[in-house]
Amino acid sequence: MAELKVSDVSFSYDNITTVIDGINIELNENELVCILGTSGCGKTTLFNVISGLRVPQKGRVILNGKDITGSPGHISYMLQKDLLLPYRTIEDNVSLPLLIKGEKKKDARQKVQDYFEKFGLQGTQKKYPSELSGGMRQRAALLRTYMFSKDVALLDEPFSALDTLTKSDLHSWYLDVMDKIRLSTLFITHDIDEAILLSDRIYLLKGKPGKISDEITIKEPKPRRKDFNLTKEFLEYKREILAKLYNSRFADNNG
Amino acid sequence: MKKKLLNTTNKLLWPSAAILIILILWQAVCSAGIVQKFLLPSPIDIAAAFISDFPLLLSNSSVTLAETFIGLLLGIVIGFLMAVLMDRFNGLYKAFYPIVVITQTIPTVAIAPLLVLWFGYEMTPKIILIVIIVFFPITVGLLDGFRRADGDMINLMRSMGASKMQIFRYIKFPGALGQFFSSLRISVSYAVVGAVISEWLGGFNGLGVYMTRVKKAYSFDKMFAVIFLISVLSLILMWVVNILQKKCMPWEKKK
Repeated sequence: MAELKVSDVSFSYDNITTVIDGINIELNENELVCILGTSGCGKTTLFNVISGLRVPQKGRVILNGKDITGSPGHISYMLQKDLLLPYRTIEDNVSLPLLIKGEKKKDARQKVQDYFEKFGLQGTQKKYPSELSGGMRQRAALLRTYMFSKDVALLDEPFSALDTLTKSDLHSWYLDVMDKIRLSTLFITHDIDEAILLSDRIYLLKGKPGKISDEITIKEPKPRRKDFNLTKEFLEYKREILAKLYNSRFADNNG
Repeated sequence: MKKKLLNTTNKLLWPSAAILIILILWQAVCSAGIVQKFLLPSPIDIAAAFISDFPLLLSNSSVTLAETFIGLLLGIVIGFLMAVLMDRFNGLYKAFYPIVVITQTIPTVAIAPLLVLWFGYEMTPKIILIVIIVFFPITVGLLDGFRRADGDMINLMRSMGASKMQIFRYIKFPGALGQFFSSLRISVSYAVVGAVISEWLGGFNGLGVYMTRVKKAYSFDKMFAVIFLISVLSLILMWVVNILQKKCMPWEKKK
């Protein structure tokens, strides 16, 4: 059964221009699903709807059989910016979701300790975000996301602000962590390589209003080979995705 | 450590040298009789007056400082409450922000005698005047700080199901601390000056009363002595604010 189900969701900010139209997405347990699309196709709007920050004009968001449309606080959400609070140490940043849920500061701190090593963050507990590199900060942000909900996470271009080397470093770190914690994840990106490298399935979102045009399953087993992104299969996937994205743009140009 | 020490000496060296040169020139002008002694006392005369009147200055300062502290405390509390309410309720912001600004266009010298008329010669009118002067920078500084809170951060908190109170506690308030301390630095020096001005216009003790008394006696050496004392008091208070800020914002120095 799908853990998260987005069915027929449409949204517009002003009831005139539809931003996303009739979106259907399914996320199964332990799955990593990518939503790939060019900028401006409503990816972030879609995430705002799924997380409950925005109420869609049409459609439902179902989490584990429960309707959570328009009600925040069920799904964890991580943005491109790490959004770590500069005035809290890393452990206090990471335990913030637990504090919001009403836990005591001491208990929250205790609970997050176990995960620092799993996330490759050991030794950063007492540091402030400004003392960490961009990659480490993003790791901490993901840990905070995970501390909020161990069911489903939405990641909105989490690695796109990083330089190429840090990014590929974080990709392998990410696959490694995901293997350990098994978090079902919906992942937004505009980076085709990243999508193929990380996901089990990819939805292509395109057009105005944004619609899901295609669904591609990446059959490469996990954990993935170190050189997967250099293989023929990888290139085949990339070719397929490019063709599908390019065709749509071509069609758009003709009206 | 040594470098830090060198840095501080360097920072202190230049202004100290400049002040010393000004004092020497001043003394020279007075000693040479270029300016009449009753018009401008020399630094040595002022120092002598300061020492001979020290007990009197001390007892008057304690009154002025008491007013300053009570006024500051009330001003901070009122300023804080106003900022919180105006941030929370936009209607209040629209209604009261212009009024808050208008209170600052009222000249203190004009309002002080009225306050004396209404509230007598004791501490009350002085404290009220200080509150009027002090709350403004606090309110404006805090409001600005609250409003500068990152929209994405607030969205993230909302997606975690945080209440408005929690958003205030974890995001807005700590985020506005820097602004608050900048405002407080302005407020403390205004508060001292405000206390002195209100004492000019009616009262039994305090540095302002002392000032009017020595002015009437044409003891300009004592006049300068009290001006010097007021400056020193303001500087000490600002220094205390700096220390407080460092204690309250430990993440700042780690940058």
